[in-house]
Amino acid sequence: MERISQSPLAVYQQHLDRGELAYQWSPAANRAVFYPRVICPFTGSDRLEWRLSAGRGTVYATTVTHPRDGAPYNVALIDVDEGFRLMSRVEDIAPDAVAIGMRVRLRIHKPAGEEPAYPVFVPVLPTLASPVSGGGLARGPVESA
Amino acid sequence: MDGLVRGAAAIVGVAESDLGAVAAEISPIDLMAQGIHRALADCGLGLRDVDGLICATAQSRTSGLNLAEYLGISPAFVDTTILGGSSFMFHVAHAQMALQLGLCRVAVIAYGSTQRTIGRRHASVREYNPYETPFRPFLPATAYALAASRHMHQYGTTREQLAAVAVAAREWALMNPVAWEKEPLTIAEVLSARMISYPFTVRDICLVTDGGGAVVMTSAERARSLKKPPAYVLGCGQAITHANISSMPDLTVTGALQSGRAAYDMAKLRPADIDVLELYDAFTINPILFLEDLGFCSKGEGGSFVEGGRIAPGGALPVNTNGGGLSYCHPGMYGLLLLVEATRQLRGECGRRQVAGCETALAHGNGGVLSSQATVILGTQAAV
Repeated sequence: MERISQSPLAVYQQHLDRGELAYQWSPAANRAVFYPRVICPFTGSDRLEWRLSAGRGTVYATTVTHPRDGAPYNVALIDVDEGFRLMSRVEDIAPDAVAIGMRVRLRIHKPAGEEPAYPVFVPVLPTLASPVSGGGLARGPVESA
Repeated sequence: MDGLVRGAAAIVGVAESDLGAVAAEISPIDLMAQGIHRALADCGLGLRDVDGLICATAQSRTSGLNLAEYLGISPAFVDTTILGGSSFMFHVAHAQMALQLGLCRVAVIAYGSTQRTIGRRHASVREYNPYETPFRPFLPATAYALAASRHMHQYGTTREQLAAVAVAAREWALMNPVAWEKEPLTIAEVLSARMISYPFTVRDICLVTDGGGAVVMTSAERARSLKKPPAYVLGCGQAITHANISSMPDLTVTGALQSGRAAYDMAKLRPADIDVLELYDAFTINPILFLEDLGFCSKGEGGSFVEGGRIAPGGALPVNTNGGGLSYCHPGMYGLLLLVEATRQLRGECGRRQVAGCETALAHGNGGVLSSQATVILGTQAAV
């Protein structure tokens, strides 16, 4: 029996620290696996390969969460082109301008301090510099104030 | 559900514990014990008759131990399955299994929460998820909001339609003396309330209250000798599709599709045969999704289905007759209270909000972030 020498999360995190979004590939299932794990959820096999994403995707679902204190922020689910979905956020545009179907590309976010790097996304197309009105790329849900 | 026999077991006693905001220093186990005491009185049984103990709460890791000690019983059968708010619908199936196999003769299912008194942060501690937590989802609201965003995108569901769910719940709550909310609510008020996670304002989201209760189950044979008319378990079904919202296969289709089918198959009933629905309404999108997945309208039509007061008092389909988690009570894991209301409707005990001629009731529980779904169909003697 082979011992696990490095956790799936540790491998994933090391890639992020190098500026890469890694995911697993199940040869038996012929499809991507995310989040990273020890056993393929489609086949039960422990044969999972690591691959790197090209960092392109599409917004699958989006919301703007309003904290009690501080500015509202985007939370989105991104369907990455290699065939997996992850939670993230879309930056560089107003949170309510993020729209389902919008094409996005990866940006690695490196927080200050101890917090580990994590993947965020930005629109593929350049947006007009008017964050308040939402940029004019695609219309998101417009909130009545 | 293969193995469970239609009508072989029944809910014979039901009760709420204290609800809303309970006295200081009351514990979840206190509320479970109070609920059990009241539910046993409701059916004329005593604590010494109980040999099956089933419970769940986020506030006690070994609630089965704590509750058995507290009650001074050593039950032959114990189950503390915890899968979120739907746990109690799973418990009904487990209780029936134990009763059918002779593992116990009288089972109680109990819940208690003091989340309002001690604060949600302490009552239901969120596990750190390295793939979600960095994005600061305000859970569970953000997850359900993501599901709502998909439904709005694919089917044109509107915020007004979501609000109609909250307004209907409030109208029912105004006929329930123990409901938390006491004032009328309009669609405009829902829309203009404080935004939590788009498209949800605070009025699209369930209450945060204390509360709990218990139900007593026994065999159909024994049930007929007890104080009140039994609510027979006609059908049970359950499904788990994911744990975290980022792993939900399709945000517009829930496991209620499978749990409903299994429950209807066992009950030999169709949606059109159901007289009253108690659907887990943690958020206004929930009843819309469940009405679709449980077969009361087509996928995508839930929004227009709830318009015009259809699920409100006087509407064509009575849904959440106690006022729901949105306006009556939502103590963290709300599923048990759906079973209480469904049973009372079948007994004709609901006063002003009683649905006339109620012979069948469907109670649908939801847990996690649309993660676990469980359906229980109950019926009167006439429906067996």
